[in-house]
Amino acid sequence: MAKRIDVSGLNAYYGSFLAVEDISMTVEPRSVTAFIGPSGCGKSTFLRTLNRMHEVTPGGRVEGKVLLDDENLYGAGIDPVAVRREVGMVFQRPNPFPTMSVYDNVAAGLRLNGKYKKAQLDEIVEKSLKGANLWNEVKDRLNKPGSGLSGGQQQRLCIARAIAVEPKVLLMDEPCSALDPISTLAIEDLIGELKERFTIVIVTHNMQQAARVSDRTAFFNLAAVGQPGKLIEIDDTERIFSNPSVQATEDYISGRFG
Amino acid sequence: MSNATLSDKRPSSLKGATLPKWFAWAVAAGSVALGLGISAAAGLDSSIQWALIAAALFVIGSYGISARVEGRRQAKDRIATSLIWVAFLLAVIPLASLIYETIKRGVKVLDGYFLSHSMGVVSDTEPGGGIYHALLGTLEQVGIATVISVPIGVLTAIYLVEYGRGKLSRAITFFVDVMTGIPSIVAGLFILSLWIVILGMGYSGFAGSMALSILMLPVVVRSTEEMLKLVPNELREASLALGVPKWRTILKVVLPTSIGGITTGVMLAVARITGETAPLLLLVWVTNFINSNPFKDPQGSLPVYIYLQFANSGGLGPAYDRAWAAALVLIAFIMILNLVARGIARWKAPKTGR
Amino acid sequence: MDISTPKAPAPPTPEPPTTEQKRAARGATRPGDRIFLALSRGSGIFLLVVMAAIAVFLSLRAFNAISEDEANFFTTFEWNPTGEPPVFGIAVLAFGTVVSSIIALAIAVPVSIGIALFITHYAPRKLGGPIAYVIDLLAAVPSIVYGLWGALVLVPNLVGLYGWLDEYLGWTGIFEWSGGAPRALLTVGILLAIMILPIITNVSREVFRQVPQMHEEAALALGATRWEVIRMSVLPYGRSGVISASMLGLGRALGETMAVAMVLSPTFDINASLLDPGGGTFAQNIASKFNEATENGRDALIASGLVLFVITLLVNGTARIIIERRKEFSGANA
Repeated sequence: MAKRIDVSGLNAYYGSFLAVEDISMTVEPRSVTAFIGPSGCGKSTFLRTLNRMHEVTPGGRVEGKVLLDDENLYGAGIDPVAVRREVGMVFQRPNPFPTMSVYDNVAAGLRLNGKYKKAQLDEIVEKSLKGANLWNEVKDRLNKPGSGLSGGQQQRLCIARAIAVEPKVLLMDEPCSALDPISTLAIEDLIGELKERFTIVIVTHNMQQAARVSDRTAFFNLAAVGQPGKLIEIDDTERIFSNPSVQATEDYISGRFG
Repeated sequence: MSNATLSDKRPSSLKGATLPKWFAWAVAAGSVALGLGISAAAGLDSSIQWALIAAALFVIGSYGISARVEGRRQAKDRIATSLIWVAFLLAVIPLASLIYETIKRGVKVLDGYFLSHSMGVVSDTEPGGGIYHALLGTLEQVGIATVISVPIGVLTAIYLVEYGRGKLSRAITFFVDVMTGIPSIVAGLFILSLWIVILGMGYSGFAGSMALSILMLPVVVRSTEEMLKLVPNELREASLALGVPKWRTILKVVLPTSIGGITTGVMLAVARITGETAPLLLLVWVTNFINSNPFKDPQGSLPVYIYLQFANSGGLGPAYDRAWAAALVLIAFIMILNLVARGIARWKAPKTGR
Repeated sequence: MDISTPKAPAPPTPEPPTTEQKRAARGATRPGDRIFLALSRGSGIFLLVVMAAIAVFLSLRAFNAISEDEANFFTTFEWNPTGEPPVFGIAVLAFGTVVSSIIALAIAVPVSIGIALFITHYAPRKLGGPIAYVIDLLAAVPSIVYGLWGALVLVPNLVGLYGWLDEYLGWTGIFEWSGGAPRALLTVGILLAIMILPIITNVSREVFRQVPQMHEEAALALGATRWEVIRMSVLPYGRSGVISASMLGLGRALGETMAVAMVLSPTFDINASLLDPGGGTFAQNIASKFNEATENGRDALIASGLVLFVITLLVNGTARIIIERRKEFSGANA
């Protein structure tokens, strides 16, 4: 079910500004890959190119190839809408649909795809909420607005919403940066469980988090403000944090800048 | 999993059959052609009809083709897109026609003579004459209304923002909202019953001005309030901390900071009341002669002039031309006010604004 | 709380007084401050007095008129306040006002939502701004000009449409047309729709523009098409805003005077067909009957104006309540 991602020679632009330059990397299925790096290094921009969300931003433009199990996301005839159904995303700030109940939030993606029987929907919603470790907390208030939950619960609701449509890949853009430590822990545990089923890519500001949850870590950096962000190196997380092959990575990890 | 069935239909789950970009344009062109064709064949002469036929063909056509080629969801997306385009075009046509007709018909008699002469010696059915008396009346009436409502409006807004808490300010806020919705004819009736029926005063420009200021007040209060709220509290506190009394802080710090926005609001309010007709018809009455005294006797005014030229002309050319020309002058005046007001807003926008 | 009265020594509170309180406390002591406060509060009170006066004087005259009325004011299909005995009622006016406003809303609301979405989500970015600006300006076109355009341009162009409606939908009864000049309630409705379009569009556009990016991205990331994004996040978020915008438009349509007076040929009876003469509106009736009216006649018109006033108050009040509620459920959850 989970798919491999192969990126080669990818450039991302905002208008004429080159934000991310010449990135190539491979993300293995059923693993967690963390993107770390200083602010503005383009890691979130790059993440958004993986499900064609980058082009939603005004002026957003992408060159290069992103292969999802050998199929180029930017190839001719590819429907970005279909791409986003295969590659789910969780955002920095929890964003449940404010006018929908908990149940409807989880079912939102399913309903787009059309015909489900009530019983089928119930089953998937329950399964997804359980998958997001949220079921026990919300099972008695499935019909209450999703915006009434706590921040951490909302974020897990968003994860449930994303996994309900069974994507092949799950992208997470700093999913814990707006949350308290306990909620963060809950989500980190969840990531550990989800990688059994999905390919997960997570952007994080928090190096400890990257060390805790990921199998592979990619370090991004930029030469100066106004310069494009680049991939410095990607390797097993353990190696990156113990013995990185590039000096800049070590400087960043040991807190010398960033 | 049930969603797997969806993807299995196609060899690649990411590729959708997509219609080319020119598809929408092609359908649009086809619909217009077909709409014109049908109208010609059926002998329909009204532009409204063929436009409606073409619009319907466009929506149905793009849905049908897209549903067959791209699938139901894409087709729904297309039908929404085409409906939204159609809505836009449907609305643009009358609005563009309004501007176009006014300019086209208005320029016929619009010249210096028209602006500088009254209708005093010209009967409604003859050519000639002008709008001087109406222009004068409108400027005076609107001017007086502005003089009445700006100080009261600005002070009320100051009260609401700088002092107001509690029941009184809540009541004022509520009734300002209510006042915004008063139909102009009702404001006219009020002044009529108070000023003319009960106090026994005659028709005058001033009576009209009072009705206009009822319409203008809430707009001034609202916009001034918004502008005052944009002034950051730090500025007030900085001034107060220097020992400046509150009233001087308001006059010397708060108002100057927001003066650009307040001016804009006032000008937009003026633009709004300049076109009001109904209360003037009730209160100022009409005259074809120049009356420069707004406190005594009927006066002319631009909107009422348009109405009279339209209503009393018996469908004759010269009067219609004058009505259009006056309408053009009125629109031009209001548009210029609007443009200048917006210009000021952009130029003087508080740096802390959104 | 009255700020100018000296307060009893306050019990010591754990919280320091807010800047508001400090300002207020300091504000009332100096003569300059006292005068300024009195002036600004006086203005506010003046505004309340004006509102009260409107209600009182209109009611007073209306009461005079209605007590003279020999027929039921609300159900009579006749307007003859100067007759012996005076007989008049607002049934026809209420019918015409409500029907024409409903037609206007039915046309204007969907179209306005369409234009607002067009500007915020569909038009090329470079076009959206100017279009919004132009529609803003159109909101300022005075109703007398709409009336002139309606009477001289719109009415002649509607002949074809009326014939068409009669031919294909005449069997419904609502769209039957006996062939007179198209100066009936449908025409009024269409013209009112064009007039309130800019207002509803502007408010809706503003609301749609404020939909947080993150809600739209949430839908996009689930694989929603553009329309589905709008349906899932833009419309639900903007719904109450659109409703209150429509209410504001409705308020305008109900009170519109000159444009209606210029395109409608009023009659004092009700007709099932929207295409044949039948009905008038409150505002139009006041404007067109006012010339000939004697004192009784004026009072009768004022009475009808009072009814219009109350209706618009209710409509605007509802709009306000919806806007207030929107603040609570705005989805500002972060």
